[in-house]
Amino acid sequence: MSTRREMLARSAAVAALLAAAGVLPARAQAAWNKAAFEAKKIDDVIKALGLAKPVESAEISFTAPDIAENGAVVPIAASTSLAGVKRIAFLVEKNPTTLAGVFDFTDAVETSVSTRVKMAQTSNVLAVAITGDGKVLFAQKEVKVTLGGCGG
Amino acid sequence: MSCGLAWRAVLAFGLGAAFALPVLGQKSTADGINQYRALLADGNPAELWEAKGEALWKQKRGPNNASLEACDLGKGPGVAKGAFVELPRFFADTGKVQDLESRLLSCLQTLQGFDAAAIAATPFGRGEQLTLEALVAFVAAESRGLRFKLPQGHAEERKMLEVGRRLFFFRAGPYDFSCASCHGEDGKRIRLQDLPNLTKNPGDGIGFAAWPAYRVSSGELWGMQRRLNDCFRQQRFPYPGYASEVTVALGVYMGVKSEGAASIAPSIKR
Amino acid sequence: MSDPMRIRAQVQGSGAVVRVLMSHEMETGLRKDAAGATVPAWHITEVVAALNGKTVMTAQWGTAIAKNPFTQFTVKGAKSGDKISISWTDSRGDKRTDEVVVA
Repeated sequence: MSTRREMLARSAAVAALLAAAGVLPARAQAAWNKAAFEAKKIDDVIKALGLAKPVESAEISFTAPDIAENGAVVPIAASTSLAGVKRIAFLVEKNPTTLAGVFDFTDAVETSVSTRVKMAQTSNVLAVAITGDGKVLFAQKEVKVTLGGCGG
Repeated sequence: MSCGLAWRAVLAFGLGAAFALPVLGQKSTADGINQYRALLADGNPAELWEAKGEALWKQKRGPNNASLEACDLGKGPGVAKGAFVELPRFFADTGKVQDLESRLLSCLQTLQGFDAAAIAATPFGRGEQLTLEALVAFVAAESRGLRFKLPQGHAEERKMLEVGRRLFFFRAGPYDFSCASCHGEDGKRIRLQDLPNLTKNPGDGIGFAAWPAYRVSSGELWGMQRRLNDCFRQQRFPYPGYASEVTVALGVYMGVKSEGAASIAPSIKR
Repeated sequence: MSDPMRIRAQVQGSGAVVRVLMSHEMETGLRKDAAGATVPAWHITEVVAALNGKTVMTAQWGTAIAKNPFTQFTVKGAKSGDKISISWTDSRGDKRTDEVVVA
């Protein structure tokens, strides 16, 4: 624990050195997909991501709580043993804008990711997996959102 | 929405609702809430405050350009480990019983030259209150897993326990509430929030042993002072002064009653 | 000047589990402050994870990723001593990179 601050200080210094040396990873990724992130319905997100209609698949393991005590932070995770999955997108159907985030995988990582999303209200949450050859599969779960009572 | 997807969603929702209604008693909802909290246990954003607090503990700051490494939290100058589970306690140099935040204020003033009264008057979440949030998170983390054992050897400590007990049961405000209204019995809850009985040890990591905490609803770290401030607001009491004797006395009462409970602070809360 | 991320990278089996906690407001642009004014959107838009300088995962985020985001993923073949770096860019153009050694 006493190395916490030292570790952070060292990492900041190292990062500065790497940046100066131009060694930081070049971001060859696509520009931020504004249309997808501004879409208000699942279908519009799918269209903006240039995808075929998603097919439900039991081979996507999607973890989300049945009920979220506070919609500000909802932990979700998706993983799949399907071959060739390059991308996983998380959608929250009833949010003002449906797409929460998109994760792109190289062969160097497992196709498995957890994150935390905001939910405006009780809603279906979807994990959409896209393979390199364009197959689009999804798993979904309804997450209830409640604000809970006072205190705590 | 395409027909296929819509039908699946409607069916899933319909089936889910049909099964949920008869089954949604208090027990299954409580299980659901516990599952939610368990999923959040790893990666508590409070860790960001802990790291910042550790840095602030060691950083030279204030008009005196000094660090807090000589700050005595009850276990000797600079000793943070184990201090949290013995607070509030009596300090000879100030002649009074102090909780963590009160003691940090003393150190910020005495060692670093900050104006403690000005910091106490600063609203939560602003200015040097942010420094206190981080320090509180750091110091609490240094006692994670340790069990509360507040000293009661000094007459002042015993007096504050009795004052705290009376305050805990003191009914006031427009609703005639007291702390005991919500926290005086087993098995109480408000909607989905279980209310721990704070007149005794409510269990490891519960009640007094769960604060400071990261509150996901506001994305902020709350120390015990802020938690108490909000309790007063909920009871429609006037706000207590920051680190005032009232808050310290209540801390002594709750802390002594929690003796033996393991601290999980800083924890994560709704 | 943003606060440092908390990154933990631990060997598990043949790879390393990476857990990242970032410090960021992630404002949705829908919230109103105490004065009633709408707080403008401000959120991380891109994340890049690299192993020993080579990109292994990227992400695009919107406003619905939670405040002080936590992410976990697994890097194949990462060994003790390897370097994991995480970089983010936000909607204001601010950037941050933090690095950690796999334990």
